[in-house]
Amino acid sequence: MTKSVLLVGVGGQGTILASKLLTLGLMEEGFDVKMSEIHGMSQRGGSVSSQVRYGDKVWSPVIEKGSADMIVSFEKMEALRWLEYLKKDGKVVVNDHEMMPMPVIMGKADYAADIIDEIKKACHDVTVVNATEEAVKLGNGKVMNIILLGTIIKAMKLDNIDWDRIVRENVKPAFVEDNLKAIKVGMDLV
Amino acid sequence: MKKLMTGNEALVRGAWEAGVNFASAYPGTPSTEILENMSGYKEVYSEWAPNEKVALEAAIGASIAGARSMASMKHVGLNVAADPLFSFVYQGVNGGMVIITADEPGQHSSQNEQDNRHYAKAAKIAMMEPSDSQEARDFMKEAFEISEQFDTPILMRMTTRLCHSKGIVECAERADVPAKKYEKNIAKHLNPPAIAKKQRILLEDRLVKLKEFSETTHLNRIEDNGKKVGVVVSGMCYCYAKEVFGDDVNYLKLGFTYPLPSELIKKFCTGLDTIYVIEENDPILEEEIQRVGFAPKGKNTFPAYDELTSDVIRKCVFGKTFESVDYDRTKVVARPPALCAGCPHRGLFYELGKKKNVLISGDIGCYTLGFADPYNAMDLNLCMGASFSMGHGAAKKFEMFHEDMRVVSVLGDSTFFHTGINSLVECIYNGSKTVNIILDNRITGMTGHQENPGTGKHADGSDATELDIETVCRSLGAKNIRTINPNNLQLVRETLDWALSLDEPSVIITKYPCVLKKFSEEDKAKFPDAYKTKNIVDKDKCIGCKMCLKSGCPALFLNRDDKKAEIDPLQCVGCDVCQQICPKNAIGKVEK
Repeated sequence: MTKSVLLVGVGGQGTILASKLLTLGLMEEGFDVKMSEIHGMSQRGGSVSSQVRYGDKVWSPVIEKGSADMIVSFEKMEALRWLEYLKKDGKVVVNDHEMMPMPVIMGKADYAADIIDEIKKACHDVTVVNATEEAVKLGNGKVMNIILLGTIIKAMKLDNIDWDRIVRENVKPAFVEDNLKAIKVGMDLV
Repeated sequence: MKKLMTGNEALVRGAWEAGVNFASAYPGTPSTEILENMSGYKEVYSEWAPNEKVALEAAIGASIAGARSMASMKHVGLNVAADPLFSFVYQGVNGGMVIITADEPGQHSSQNEQDNRHYAKAAKIAMMEPSDSQEARDFMKEAFEISEQFDTPILMRMTTRLCHSKGIVECAERADVPAKKYEKNIAKHLNPPAIAKKQRILLEDRLVKLKEFSETTHLNRIEDNGKKVGVVVSGMCYCYAKEVFGDDVNYLKLGFTYPLPSELIKKFCTGLDTIYVIEENDPILEEEIQRVGFAPKGKNTFPAYDELTSDVIRKCVFGKTFESVDYDRTKVVARPPALCAGCPHRGLFYELGKKKNVLISGDIGCYTLGFADPYNAMDLNLCMGASFSMGHGAAKKFEMFHEDMRVVSVLGDSTFFHTGINSLVECIYNGSKTVNIILDNRITGMTGHQENPGTGKHADGSDATELDIETVCRSLGAKNIRTINPNNLQLVRETLDWALSLDEPSVIITKYPCVLKKFSEEDKAKFPDAYKTKNIVDKDKCIGCKMCLKSGCPALFLNRDDKKAEIDPLQCVGCDVCQQICPKNAIGKVEK
């Protein structure tokens, strides 16, 4: 059975590194893995997604609407934007963090204050985390993405994979310890 | 050995394993990472060329001299390289040669959605289309063999999803392929008409042989599941189709797609009740199936634009996608891309957008975003290097009809070297009353920071001869040139006014490194203060007038509660543009 995890956020938030580590771990575990992401123009502060699919044999790297087992959103509005990709009974982890899109900055649109409520109304399995704050607490605001990776590891029951080794082999030595702590923090949040 | 690789990484791996010697490219989404990755393989000479035509010509020279070579580019890049392509196909190769075209169904980062499979037929070049990362590696390896066997360059057609999606790839070591000897052969490598006419006849002969190959190669195969419904498919669409239909249909999976195997197509289609042909963009396979006498469901069933991902196919064939959750979509606010916090293009567009009776001619790069709110500082753009030349034509018209309009044209440093130089020659030679601005952010920004002739570095980071833009412009005959720091708004204003006061062409160079650039030692020495601070709002002084928001900086926003400006400290890098705009001196700065 193929599983699909959708990581969404704003260009520059680190969805790519989080999904890279995730896919490497899944490959080590013996899964067939595919991942899709879009580079280029959309990275300039636009909406971005990394789509990860794994199972015995995966054909398409692209998650279909209504088929994601889990959506992890690095920013609130992005969760709502991508929600139609979620399965009926899928899980949502949303980072309680706002980044204002240009139409809001320009006063041409409102960033609704009740985005989280809207998500909760639509889905019954929603976990709100404050990964941005947790990362600052860890002393490195940049590991927000790895904290969210931790939530995926826990929620998708992937904690038997040797993440310690995956991180050590793929992250610059100076950031290894922060990243390992961040995974643990994330796992404890869900 | 198994590795998780993007399609682009896998292409490079395949080429490396095939013993490729020479790789040249110009960056362009989604092809950029091909050459970037190749520069990590030390056995291969890898370079950024100033444009795609030059890249292809360099690869052709290497092939004729006996090297296995490749050139890679995005789909519109092949338009730039079309001139050498069409004639080189007549001549054939010495060392095997592959041209990679990375097409963009869905236009994620492109100005058009052209289907470069048409180039194969138009230029009479053999074409291959992998379906996933493993095939990208395998096909690339095989392409060099086919190239040398049939004496033809190969067009390797990729698409965005294939380039940028990862899959598991079984890899091998690099083959020991000795480079071929160069032998002078004017009957093959010169093309005055008397010789080219003979090459023309040989070319048709080669196409007959390639067609025979196409009918029998393992690259084109039937997957017979004993069904009455068949799917004809190539490239990424094979994976999308397998996702939707599984083993419930028969497949004709095409990997070698020019010349197409018409006999194999006939064999596959015979006896089927329904034939689907699933191809993104134009009905190329469909028309071939029709030509051999069948009536498939193609563009009457699937759209001719955008990607044909599994959910699109599912909707077209079965009428609906998977069921999802229901929610209020009206609360979703669009998030268009924007110039980054600290982007050195901001100051220029902030001031330029205020000018009246000015046509602003734009170009391809991050700075295309100057068209958007709040700057509204771009009237038109078209293709690489076109801003100066289109601006020239517009200015001549305004002059002819004595209209009260001026033209300001903008392009980036890499775009200037790409084809902007030619356009500047046009402006200077033909004396256009245009202001020509080169936004020199010291890197090729949009595609993710590749070196170019102006950065002083090669693709592998080694030192290169730096072409100084001001010196280049002067040598082309430009007399009115000023180089400025675009973060100084008063200087930007004064310089624009100076240029618009002239009755002849002028050049303004805004020189400041991209905020996302990894600074070289030279950058650190030349721009020691760049991005070392943060701006902050003094809430006591801020009156909530929102003037600073007109800078269009994504780090600035109006606080919902106190209705005053606020700066996101995680994003701000202290460019001071908002500080200069604030009428109340309410924006200060602190060390980072």
